[in-house]
Amino acid sequence: MMGSAIGSATTAQRAGASFELSRAAGDLLVLAHIYTATLVLGIGALFGVLQGFSRANLIVMPSWFDYYRMLTAHGVLMALVFTTFFITGLFTYAVYRSVLRDRSPRLGWIGFCVMLVGTAMAAVAILNGSATVLYTFYAPLKASPLFYFGATFLVLGTWVVAADLFLNVAWFKRTAPEARIPLPAFMATCTMIMWIIATLGVVAEMGLLIPWSLGWTSGIDVGLTRMFFWYFGHPLVYFWIMGAYTIWYAVVPTTYKGAIFSDALTRLAFIMLLLLSTPVGLHHQYLDPGIGAGWKWMHAMTTYGVVIPSFMTAFAIFASFEIAARKAGVRGFVNIVRWLPWKNPVFVGPALGMIMFIFGGFGGIVNNSYAMDVLVHNTMWIVGHFHITVGGPAALTFIGASYGLIPALTGRKLFAPKLALVQVYTWFVGMAIMSTAMHWAGLLGSPRRTSDVSYFGAQGAATWHNEMLWAALGGAIIAVSVVMFIIVATGTYVANQRAEAKPTFDFAPARAGDDALSTPPVLDRLGRWGVLAIALAVLAYAGPVAQQIQAHAYLAPGMRTW
Amino acid sequence: MHVHRQERIWLTFGLAILVLFAAVITTSAIVDGFVPPSRVQSIDPTKVGQTPPFDHPGLRKIADGAYEAYYVARVFSFAPAEIRVPVGSRVTFYVTSTDVEHGFSIPETGVNTMVTPGWVSSVSHTFKLRGTFLLVCNEYCGAGHHMMAAKVTVE
Repeated sequence: MMGSAIGSATTAQRAGASFELSRAAGDLLVLAHIYTATLVLGIGALFGVLQGFSRANLIVMPSWFDYYRMLTAHGVLMALVFTTFFITGLFTYAVYRSVLRDRSPRLGWIGFCVMLVGTAMAAVAILNGSATVLYTFYAPLKASPLFYFGATFLVLGTWVVAADLFLNVAWFKRTAPEARIPLPAFMATCTMIMWIIATLGVVAEMGLLIPWSLGWTSGIDVGLTRMFFWYFGHPLVYFWIMGAYTIWYAVVPTTYKGAIFSDALTRLAFIMLLLLSTPVGLHHQYLDPGIGAGWKWMHAMTTYGVVIPSFMTAFAIFASFEIAARKAGVRGFVNIVRWLPWKNPVFVGPALGMIMFIFGGFGGIVNNSYAMDVLVHNTMWIVGHFHITVGGPAALTFIGASYGLIPALTGRKLFAPKLALVQVYTWFVGMAIMSTAMHWAGLLGSPRRTSDVSYFGAQGAATWHNEMLWAALGGAIIAVSVVMFIIVATGTYVANQRAEAKPTFDFAPARAGDDALSTPPVLDRLGRWGVLAIALAVLAYAGPVAQQIQAHAYLAPGMRTW
Repeated sequence: MHVHRQERIWLTFGLAILVLFAAVITTSAIVDGFVPPSRVQSIDPTKVGQTPPFDHPGLRKIADGAYEAYYVARVFSFAPAEIRVPVGSRVTFYVTSTDVEHGFSIPETGVNTMVTPGWVSSVSHTFKLRGTFLLVCNEYCGAGHHMMAAKVTVE
């Protein structure tokens, strides 16, 4: 069901058999993204649960596949590969389904293949032990060139995907200059602009790392590579969030026959996230030497800015719930909550993710307030924090959406829908237990990224073990949940049960009375907003980068300490 | 563009929170001088052993109750492995690395900083409680990272 906002924006639509064929071709591309993400999630979760058990001293990893190699694989697969494949797939779907035209998805396939080749290269390097550098690959830990090339190809592949999406949106603007960009396409484009600006940082870093790992340069400026990494590292987080927000704003309302609260405010929230994504990265480097306290203060202030789009989103989601409930004659907080479709995994996944995001947000404010951050920096608290953000809100949303997307893309009935429902609740319980234990261990001072925290029975480490047992329990529950997800996701394809009514995964209409054409046209000028975002990034980073260079950083030789 | 009245109230509340947190951090920076460890001093990581004072890592007393402690972090140990200070001492730690990125953290105190090759990190703390504190590397540095620890004894 296309509502007024999107319907009016698709005047360029062409109907006919060839259109159906091109849509089917696009659907196959999206399905390839979603199933790649599913497979990666499965492998990443296996490494995750082994880590939990290893850290709780329940198992000992063999020397040919040690804890840190596994940790590298888990971090890279989950943070960089699973999320990226899902989000680029989701955005391809968002653009292809809201900008209707005959199209060849050739460029999209090229992007997908480049991403896949990059992932395979990095995976080989990690699994053969030549890249045990964790997902942050801090120099001067020196991985094999294969790892850096693989990561670079993964990023370049996403640029090709972005180019395909931009070309489609540009076509839409050409053929319908008066219309607003359809909201799903707008969200996809805005996020991919943010992503390209962000990944410029990682590509710049690779420009230093690749010649160095090939032996063409003898030393590396460690501070500069860290700064480039975190210039990218925080927008990476917003990439996950904007992917999840796309579903929260535009898909979740379809599960209760609701509507998008406000077209204009949704666009505004996305533009704010675009602008606020990069000039904040130093909050990951509060405890780094070589960066003046003034710059850190500045980035702390800009980081707080994310409060505004977050509050806007919270309002929009709850308003959408309430308006739909009232329309159905349901009133009162408790009744509205009970009225929501708690038996539909496409709703429950994202909804449980939203609940987790409230706590993730609280933790984020602690991390950003550097007086508190010194107590939790590089402790298990941080691990708990990102599991309750990317592992909760983002992953649960993507999983929930997969239960709608896979049937819609294949035309097949969701396999074992009750198992799907149990799966999302199980994930929530497991993640709540694991993340709480990790946060608590962090408050007790337990360091992160450490295979064994017993420190030869040292007194200060005595309180940490208990929390690791709880974390292992939570991790085991999540692993069971992931198995359920894979059964449902692959079972849908394998069981091949034709659905009576064609399954759909649609974008919600705009709320009655909220006319998209009243949305200020300036919000659709994404090119200009992108230029402004670049300007802000330059303002925020020119000083710290100049400081690094002026202070005459020495170069460090590369090392393989694993 | 219409913004609903209730949403305006809600966003004002959000903005107030933002201003409050920003004000708390800014005030503590200006009034108490509380900023994260941010020393800007470079050092050649390949020549730490020849660069004073890191050629002789250890504790130096600079006044009654005031110490400076110079640490060298390398895979997978800290030098010195243990220091002893009287209770109530204010210790300023200076740390640098000869090889890869390390962390320098004394859990349950405010002592926590990254140690980046090429830079000197610095952080101060007043030890008000007696006991033996564990000092750990809290950034992954290689295969023996979990063994990289030292002791601070407050007596």
